[in-house]
Amino acid sequence: MLSKSEVQKIAQLARIEITDEEAEKYSTELSGILDFVEKLNEVETEGVEPIAHISGAKNVIREDKVVEYDDETKDNVINNFPEKKDRFDKVKAVF
Amino acid sequence: MIRELHKKLISGEITSEKLTEDYFDAIEKKDPEIKAYLSLNKEFALDKARSVDKRVKNGEEVDLLAGIPCSVKDNICIGGLAATAGSKILENYVPPYDAAAIKKLKDADAVFLGKTNCDEFAMGSSTENSAFQTTKNPHDPLRVPGGSSGGSAAAVAAGMCAYALGSDTGGSIRQPASFCGAVGLKPTYGMVSRYGLIAMASSLDQIGPVAGNVEDAAIVLSRIAGRDRFDSTTMPTADKNYEDLLGGADISGLKIGIPKEYFESEGLDKGVEEKIKNAIAKYEKLGAKIIDISLKNFDHALATYYIIMPCEVSSNMARFDGIRFGKSVGAESEKTGVDYTLWDIYFKTRAKYLGKEVKRRIALGTYALSAGYYDQYYLKAQKVRARILREFKEAFKKVDLILGPTAPTPAFKIGEKTENPLEMYLADIYTVTANIAGIPAISVPCGTIEVDGKNLPVGMQLAGKWFDEETILNAAYIFEKS
Repeated sequence: MLSKSEVQKIAQLARIEITDEEAEKYSTELSGILDFVEKLNEVETEGVEPIAHISGAKNVIREDKVVEYDDETKDNVINNFPEKKDRFDKVKAVF
Repeated sequence: MIRELHKKLISGEITSEKLTEDYFDAIEKKDPEIKAYLSLNKEFALDKARSVDKRVKNGEEVDLLAGIPCSVKDNICIGGLAATAGSKILENYVPPYDAAAIKKLKDADAVFLGKTNCDEFAMGSSTENSAFQTTKNPHDPLRVPGGSSGGSAAAVAAGMCAYALGSDTGGSIRQPASFCGAVGLKPTYGMVSRYGLIAMASSLDQIGPVAGNVEDAAIVLSRIAGRDRFDSTTMPTADKNYEDLLGGADISGLKIGIPKEYFESEGLDKGVEEKIKNAIAKYEKLGAKIIDISLKNFDHALATYYIIMPCEVSSNMARFDGIRFGKSVGAESEKTGVDYTLWDIYFKTRAKYLGKEVKRRIALGTYALSAGYYDQYYLKAQKVRARILREFKEAFKKVDLILGPTAPTPAFKIGEKTENPLEMYLADIYTVTANIAGIPAISVPCGTIEVDGKNLPVGMQLAGKWFDEETILNAAYIFEKS
């Protein structure tokens, strides 16, 4: 059973503000789901290699080459900034 | 249907412009009730249609999909058109580029009618998690169309587009196709580029067609498949025209596996079970060999899924931070008069603009990936995934296809499962294995069940070997035609 304070800790890690009520609700719901996935412990996995890529692709590489995009595409990227100054993405001070 | 429409376009019997207008008329008439579309693209669609008409008139050769109107799930980017993925956080987002699959459809001169509703970021099985609207099932408006590609499936079923694109992470193409009486195909992982698909769980996501029949699904698949340098998980695939390979092969001798576990599941509706047994009998009559098999880990696939998926979700959703795109409380400072810190912007933006189910999955994934729990959950799930993969490899030594129900029940009522997330998750029990193992699977209509005076469609699922879409499409095609 996940406690309310554990749920608050998870929400901190996930950078989501949650209310006390939400924490309460999530604690019940998440505990239910965690009980359900307990089933996995029935499967013997001693010595089994975990899956990395399902169809077995490995180290797909390409030349590290810069491709210039046209101005329209650049403008379209910039237009999606929530806050901007000129052509810069405006961000709050980090420190 | 696509081939017939194409013939009529070429012969001059219809024009793409008229066809496109007819679809918009159908949308205007039906969509206020069904609510399949989130946005329409009328001017661009008609422009495109007219340009195809001009080329046809000039005697130019055009593709099968040229001038044929389709719809696109709102988590797939079309440059210049809003893509919300069913989320408030992307309400104003306009993608600067086309998804690889869209680019390929554009190369084929497809006409895009609009973007269809889905559960927020494709997280759900009913469209009830969409931040904007719940789509209704065209067969019974009191019921869900399935999800998450519910808008796409409803649009196809209600005749509001010729075909649609959806995405499938745990059944999101096949389950709504089953609920709406459409054909839905989830291709092999690596078959279709995920570039431009707003990511949910990257090791499971795949784009695929929702269509009115098997041939149409094959036509669309042939055009969207292929390696893409922008998605390094795509594999080199044989350049096949799947629609030309249908109906040719004799299915006598085709080995169809029936996992006994599929029929031991408690939640399986009796009516659905009967339809699936009838389908098996039909295949037997057509000459296929029915082989009983066992998938011992069937019961573990859903638990595996509900660890791997939320872990990947929690990582993918980290990009919605109120900084680079999407809604942000920071942009509202002027209005609210509050000066937020960077920390506030993260916490408050995500709290305000992400929906309940998305937050629930982020929380679950964050917990399972947090220090001290990684081995117990994610690593364990990836090991069980390896076991499931091995089990399928063994099964496919004995059989060519695996047949079962797509969903345990026909479409359920709106509101029926919203209170209990775990119950909603159980709707995915037959579909998630294909994503876990990366194999292709199709849902094909196999009859209807009468419930409350309405005929509700039932879908049968055929799953095949990696990159062997040809066999499942062909078997589905023969079933549909017989």
